[in-house]
Amino acid sequence: MAINPKKHEMPVQAPEVRAHNFSEVALGYTEEVAVAEAQRCLNCKNKPCISGCPVNISIPDFIGRIKEKDFEGAYQIISASSSLPAVCGRVCPQETQCESKCTLGIKFEPVGIGRLERFVADRHNETFKGEPVIPESNGHKVAVIGSGPSGLTCAGDLAKKGYKVTVFEALHLAGGVLVYGIPEFRLPKSIVQKEVDTLKKYGVDVETNIVIGKTLTVDELFGMGYEAVFIGSGAGLPRFMGIPGESLKGVYSANEFLTRSNLMKAYKGDSRTPIMHAKRVAVVGGGNVAMDAARTALRLGAEKVYIVYRRSMAEIPARSEEVEHAKEEGIDFQILRNPVEILGYNNPDNRRDPMNGFVTGIKVIKCELGEPDERGRRRPVEVPGSEYVIDVDCVIMAIGTSPNPLIKNTTQGLEVNRHGGIIVEEATGLTSKEAVYAGGDAVTGAATVILAMGAGKTAAKAIDEYIQSK
Amino acid sequence: MYRIVTKRVLNPTVTMMDIDAPLVARKAEAGQFIILRVDEDGERIPLTVAGYDREKGTVRIIFQVVGGTTMRLNDKQEGEYIQDFVGPLGCPTKTDGVKKVCIVGGGVGCAIALPVAQKFHSLGCEVHSIVGFRNKDLVILEDEFKECSDKFTMMTDDGSYGRQGVVTVPLKEAIDAGEAYDKVIAIGPVIMMKFVVATTKPYGVPTDVSMNPIMIDGTGMCGGCRLTVGGKTKFACVDGPDFDGFEVDFDEAMARGSMYAEFEKGERESYCNLFKKEVQ
Repeated sequence: MAINPKKHEMPVQAPEVRAHNFSEVALGYTEEVAVAEAQRCLNCKNKPCISGCPVNISIPDFIGRIKEKDFEGAYQIISASSSLPAVCGRVCPQETQCESKCTLGIKFEPVGIGRLERFVADRHNETFKGEPVIPESNGHKVAVIGSGPSGLTCAGDLAKKGYKVTVFEALHLAGGVLVYGIPEFRLPKSIVQKEVDTLKKYGVDVETNIVIGKTLTVDELFGMGYEAVFIGSGAGLPRFMGIPGESLKGVYSANEFLTRSNLMKAYKGDSRTPIMHAKRVAVVGGGNVAMDAARTALRLGAEKVYIVYRRSMAEIPARSEEVEHAKEEGIDFQILRNPVEILGYNNPDNRRDPMNGFVTGIKVIKCELGEPDERGRRRPVEVPGSEYVIDVDCVIMAIGTSPNPLIKNTTQGLEVNRHGGIIVEEATGLTSKEAVYAGGDAVTGAATVILAMGAGKTAAKAIDEYIQSK
Repeated sequence: MYRIVTKRVLNPTVTMMDIDAPLVARKAEAGQFIILRVDEDGERIPLTVAGYDREKGTVRIIFQVVGGTTMRLNDKQEGEYIQDFVGPLGCPTKTDGVKKVCIVGGGVGCAIALPVAQKFHSLGCEVHSIVGFRNKDLVILEDEFKECSDKFTMMTDDGSYGRQGVVTVPLKEAIDAGEAYDKVIAIGPVIMMKFVVATTKPYGVPTDVSMNPIMIDGTGMCGGCRLTVGGKTKFACVDGPDFDGFEVDFDEAMARGSMYAEFEKGERESYCNLFKKEVQ
């Protein structure tokens, strides 16, 4: 049988339709398409895909079960390695991970591993009615700080080993970046809720409204009987560029804009959370967060949305699928452009003009690519005298974050690097403080969901070994 | 869910509540704040801690009914619950090395200024308090202020109570008369804090102000509460809420505070209309 050289297409909402709603963009494979896609897997001997997965899912095995239409069996295989299959099937950058290693991918398009993972997880969530098997308690207590992907993974793995795990969350809802950051149209909140509910069934307690470093400290957690602590507190404070006009009304950090829309539900018309329904929006940055912010602005009613990115399309850090979706929806990519100033309205004749202080435009300068920087990416070099103004009424800064000082400042003996990230042993996640482990963006700075999950998994294993050897 | 242990109306637009929140009460200090949500789907609003009782495990909040959320909060009765209550957030007021302090409070800001005055009083400092209100009907916490102040001055805009005038008048008089304050702390509307700083700066009297910008998470994640202080971007939630008044860009803070003025107006009206329907 000849192999189909291309992945089976993922059905999606048409761009002109989805640009005006918050429903999920990608609709998922049907059973027939999933089985046909699974049959593209060569089941090769080396299984290079597994090494491309940060949590080492037995990929060919679960695909084998799909071929046999044993979808629940496939789910169990994924679930043995991943706590959040329905999430990863949606937001993992598979093209640079498992799928980039696929043997089929040498000659043709690789197997659509991410799409198959999503299909299996969704099928399980729709059909599985049983209760999870709850392991017998081993009597040990572990505290997890933060309920994002690294914390949920760490908590899940430990709970499955019989630990009594408490997850402390600063916000009023569990999920971390999965609920405040990633928009509904890319990751429906009901899916995150389902994953959190599953963890609760395993006996994990989730304590919301507790800010570690303020309400309680890491040292106090040990006093409360927790034998180990995992810090998965996330990336932290949004960066700004330090250019004039960043404090004008209508300038948001992507974190604020997305939190208002997602966590605080401003995307629903009847929400009590205010958000600017701008007509023309510039999003500064080229990562997944920038794509999420741009596409959210579009769905909130913007007529024109720009991505302003200082390098070229070849360097853009967002997932290619997100960039493609954004382009299809009509997002205008102003590449090789760097903002130099944000302009605001000022009526000199009327100090009380309600429009005073609101954004009217963003001045950008053209860039060319110069020599590679220390990370090997070509550095943007500004072209003198090439500035021009793009008329916008809202600017969203999506240029990364710097670490949150709350835990570092209140935890004796916790060392951080010069960027403020918590220093850990890579193989275990152990910090400079005994029995304290860390992972995810709090360690690496802004990265991906799956890398955070991998770190949570590594730490769970090390915490188990540490407590068992005490 | 967090229970409202006591509720007291301080004046027609200002209400005091003690909330059952033992973990917050255990750590709260003057100058810090909490974030609450009244109900599911409500917005998150920051309120500065107006007091705490570590033994009873309660935290006191005092709020002015200004928008949809504070209207909803004000409708809650003793024994009822609010959805979320998290804290204590931000840094406590700095008291190091201060022997003599002047606390300047304006309007509902006096609710936050009071625990600061009490803190300095308990540390043995000489405390002078100057409080200002629009008129007599709006005066709150007068007795409590008198109790912890070595000198107390009441000002009203219309002269219906105490002295007529703004808080900066007696402040300037005191400094001119030779009162050597180690620090002045101003808590109230941004415009008042701006003018307090304009009064103290020529004399070089160190002046801290308590900023209350728009905020969502309160832990440094969103950046909505950013201010320009000494030319640098600072986040009120983790770097503040107290800042060196000489360094704060007040005009920018005032402008940013009005970002959602139109939305708030709509929220207020829609909530009032809802209420009208209910009573008909």
